[in-house]
Amino acid sequence: MSDMNIQLRFFASVREALGTSQETLAVPARVRTIADLREFLRERGDAWAEALAEGRALRVAYNQQMADANTPLSEGCEVAFFPPVTGG
Amino acid sequence: MPIRVQTGDFDLSSEVAQLRATNAGIGAVVSFVGTVRDINEGAGVSTMELEHYPGMTEKALEEIVSQAKSRWNIFDALVIHRVGPLKPLDPIVLVAVTSAHRGEAFDACEFIIDYLKTQAPFWKKEQTPHGARWVDARVTDDEALAKWQAGEGQPR
Repeated sequence: MSDMNIQLRFFASVREALGTSQETLAVPARVRTIADLREFLRERGDAWAEALAEGRALRVAYNQQMADANTPLSEGCEVAFFPPVTGG
Repeated sequence: MPIRVQTGDFDLSSEVAQLRATNAGIGAVVSFVGTVRDINEGAGVSTMELEHYPGMTEKALEEIVSQAKSRWNIFDALVIHRVGPLKPLDPIVLVAVTSAHRGEAFDACEFIIDYLKTQAPFWKKEQTPHGARWVDARVTDDEALAKWQAGEGQPR
């Protein structure tokens, strides 16, 4: 299996901690689920390791729908990481 | 099902008038307006910034309204949510529901705002005397959602 291109989005406190709101990324074949992706991104450095730490109660969306850690990635998909929502 | 995400204010009476304008079968309109408080978690709030996830926000709101419509016998529902900078006293959100009788409209309106608070991608950041801070999600909001998931509040 080859690299897969995905769109990343970050919102609210996660966006601020990472200093970025979106990027396009090619992930290697071993990254196939949202949990894999989160782990892969944590390897980028301290800010990433902390913002996406395992114990942190983040929400994640796959193609703009709430998703969970086991959701598989697909070519061209959009994945967003953000804190629990506080609208209303 | 009108869904709007906007920076500007809204007018409750004209929105409700429009929602029920052409349907004489409507016997009940229930509306909820959420507003900005000047104090939260013990600190004064001077301004608030609302961020959202364009695209997903609209989809999430449409999904919430469509769930309410399949669960209760209602005619229509309107959701308006503001984003951007807001001040204490400003309206944030409007949910309005029309039905033939009040029970369905009350339940569906409460269901929509409870789901919105835990499922729609909005985030609040407050300016306080101690600096800016992101508002934490409330356990009571999750509890309100759990009540509907447990099947309480079924159609009367």
